[in-house]
Amino acid sequence: MTSRHPSIQTAPLVQTDPSGKPYSLTAHLSPRRRMADFAATTVMVASFFAAAVPLVLIIGYVFTKGGRVVDMAFLTESIPNSYRRVGPGMGPAVVGTLLITGAASLMAIPLGVLGAVYLHEYGPKRRFARVVRFTTDVMTGVPSVVMGVFVYVVWVLRFRSQTGFAGALALACLMLPIVVRTTEEMLKLVPAELRQASTALGARTWRTTLTVVLPAALPGITSGAMLAVARAAGETAPIILVTGLTFQTNANLFEGNNTTLAAQIFRNASQPFDGAQARAYGAAFTLIVLVFIFTIVARLISSRFNRMRR
Amino acid sequence: MTSTTSGDAGSSAVRDLKSSDRGAVVDAGFRWLAFSAAVTILVVLGLIAWASVNRAWPAFAQEGIRFVTSSRWAPSADSFGALTMVYGTVVVSTIALLSAVPVSIGIALFTAEVAPRRLQTIIVFVIDLLAAVPSVVYGLWGILFVAPNLTGVYGWLSEVFGGWPVIGPLFAGGAGSGRSFMTAGLILALMVTPIITSVSREVLATVPQGEKDAALALGATRWEMIRGAVLPHSFGGMVGATMLGLGRAMGETIAVALVIGSSYQITSHLFASGSAMPATIALEWGESSGVHRSALIGLGVVLFLATVVVNSLARTVVTRAERRMRGA
Amino acid sequence: MSVDGSLPDVVLTAPPGPARPVAGHQANPAGPTAPSVFQVRDLSVYYGEFKAVRDVKLDIYEHEITAFIGPSGCGKSTVLRCFNRMNDPIPNARVEGGMYYRGIDVYGDDVEPVEVRRRIGMVFQKPNPFPKSIFDNVAYGPRIAGNRNKADLADIVERALTQAALWEEVKDRLHKSALGLSGGQQQRLCIARAIAVDPEVLLMDEPCSALDPIATGRIEDLMEEIQQDYTIIIVTHNMQQAARVSDRCAFFTTEVNEASDTRTGVLVEYDATENMFSNPSDERTENYVTGRFG
Repeated sequence: MTSRHPSIQTAPLVQTDPSGKPYSLTAHLSPRRRMADFAATTVMVASFFAAAVPLVLIIGYVFTKGGRVVDMAFLTESIPNSYRRVGPGMGPAVVGTLLITGAASLMAIPLGVLGAVYLHEYGPKRRFARVVRFTTDVMTGVPSVVMGVFVYVVWVLRFRSQTGFAGALALACLMLPIVVRTTEEMLKLVPAELRQASTALGARTWRTTLTVVLPAALPGITSGAMLAVARAAGETAPIILVTGLTFQTNANLFEGNNTTLAAQIFRNASQPFDGAQARAYGAAFTLIVLVFIFTIVARLISSRFNRMRR
Repeated sequence: MTSTTSGDAGSSAVRDLKSSDRGAVVDAGFRWLAFSAAVTILVVLGLIAWASVNRAWPAFAQEGIRFVTSSRWAPSADSFGALTMVYGTVVVSTIALLSAVPVSIGIALFTAEVAPRRLQTIIVFVIDLLAAVPSVVYGLWGILFVAPNLTGVYGWLSEVFGGWPVIGPLFAGGAGSGRSFMTAGLILALMVTPIITSVSREVLATVPQGEKDAALALGATRWEMIRGAVLPHSFGGMVGATMLGLGRAMGETIAVALVIGSSYQITSHLFASGSAMPATIALEWGESSGVHRSALIGLGVVLFLATVVVNSLARTVVTRAERRMRGA
Repeated sequence: MSVDGSLPDVVLTAPPGPARPVAGHQANPAGPTAPSVFQVRDLSVYYGEFKAVRDVKLDIYEHEITAFIGPSGCGKSTVLRCFNRMNDPIPNARVEGGMYYRGIDVYGDDVEPVEVRRRIGMVFQKPNPFPKSIFDNVAYGPRIAGNRNKADLADIVERALTQAALWEEVKDRLHKSALGLSGGQQQRLCIARAIAVDPEVLLMDEPCSALDPIATGRIEDLMEEIQQDYTIIIVTHNMQQAARVSDRCAFFTTEVNEASDTRTGVLVEYDATENMFSNPSDERTENYVTGRFG
């Protein structure tokens, strides 16, 4: 090694500065600075706990109280039509949640993805695209109860009946802007070179989009869509406005009232009776498990996607 | 095509290049499909505004400006002044933001500047879950766990601070049932924390590394670096994040409906029960008809306008802050 | 590591052969036996599993300008950031081996990184003034160190700006935003900001790479002027610049690790600048300085 460095010299190691003080790197910060740094870090850590502790409390509370109630009978049997009665079940709400959320997804996801494709692949700079983008931003902020009021006014009043489909419409309106924005973000991440390569091979925009761009962005879009589904499944306000109430399973979205887990939690939680409250916990447990599965799977997909991109 | 090809072949090649083959038709169709999807979004928002105003008109016509200035909400007497609910929404949102903003910014700074990478993933995961919990579950937890458990604390606060000047009126008047402005505000704080945190994190990510390095290289401690280089840069964006949180807090319905206690009053007492605009819609919808229902739809319209204004402002602030950041 | 003056695993041996005096177009004020400020001993830096630089061994001498040159990715900036522990905030970064400042282990347990950085200032590749006034930029360091005396601060700011050859240009607009300055002025402002905290060493990480030739020339002149007060280490990808300004030169290059297909930086040769450019002892150095590689 040393032979490579022919001119490293014997150099004196001077360990005191010209005024005679020894050099040192241990000089301490003033107590004020050290305290300020420590206090700031402590406050940040405390902030995290201020959010994490309630989360643990909620999950723990719902799981202990609700986990006890939930079994096969709870998930399948009809809802007792008296809040006072103790016992299962939540069957109609489970079916309602799955059907209504599923129908909403079928409407919102294709529409949202197409809308985003238009915004990003056809006219990202046009004024029309800017207006649509602004509108989706505004729609993201529209409170869910307002969306419920809206669907009531344009749908329920028109057909004179509260149905599961009306609920699905409201949820679709809530999901739509989320799907559009996340899809557009994902399309932005697809490298322009991929599009150019496809275009250079003579593919038209639709073919490039369907065969190159969307597949490349698929994991991200899937994850965004799943987060939107998770959020929709937990929505309550629009459901209680437009689907009415039922105690029997109703598998027909277009006829008759319907109900969801979220709506049942709301109705049962404000009752003073043990039976109703236990059912509220059970429904909350079921809903949280459902929503968390969707959220976690979505995060796993997007984190794998990110790793792939790197 | 080279010049040696015959005229015939040349023109057919030109025709090939121009031809409206199937591909072009499909492309036009696909483009049209995507375009109509985009239009649908505009139509939906337009319909919301038009149809809701239309249905709310009877109430607006009957009450006029009193709809938002009168505090007498009495469906049985056909009188609809929503001031108490406006007041409730303002108070509850204020409590929520005052508690959530410092916590959210703290978490965002912790993830962006302090926590090691593995811990960052955990924190982001926790915040994701916090955002994933449905609002009705927050409400359930609020009404059956938080409200009864906080009455003790409220009672103590009321006793200790009730007699104080200035802040006394906020606390004087006992603990109540626990279903109150305060409880609703605290539950809301939890619910808006994820959105404020995640927008703040995005804003922090745009702070130039060069300035952070410069501060550290000048012998700044981590906190001095945050104060000197990070916060001035991200202030605008954090204001935007706060406003997005406000938009969310104003519109939150179910959790507030469960824990605010539903009474129509304007009081400085934070532990008293009250009502908020979205909660009132959800709670009274089932038993309403006629002008009463119009009035509820009217509440929706007011709420819609308020959130549109707040959210548009917030978006503008965030975009502008981010643009300035990139420009600098 | 002990800080009592002995370097347990550092041997400052005399090299074989006579030490050549550093001669050339610029006088070396301290001469060849200037005290050693930094002793780098078998320093390796990792990012996670990835070994970015390995086994760097060199000394930095008082009041000299030392240049680190080499192709991009050879780890010269990574090594530079070890001198004032600027690698600390980078997640996954890990430093092995010895980095001593006058015999004191820079990575020692009782060392305060904040103090390290105050003593060892740094100027970055891209001018990075804070979006504050010119005055506030220069006063930032003294202020966080607790100096609140207005007259004192004004004095420090004037002195630093004068030393950085910027005072005449900005004295009438001290309270205007620093972002209004040209790129070259911004970089000199950053130098003024760094010397306002009275450091002993200045680390410069490609300080001219974002500047035009005229601004570059002014920075190079400035470096020569302040050399009598500071020890300077400069990373540059510009060989002419290294030849022009430095007294001593370290050439780094990359080795390919066949197994993992990654590149690790190594120090090839360290010598008086003149020798490096006229009579390099390693073939790789010769190829690089004659432009046959990199």
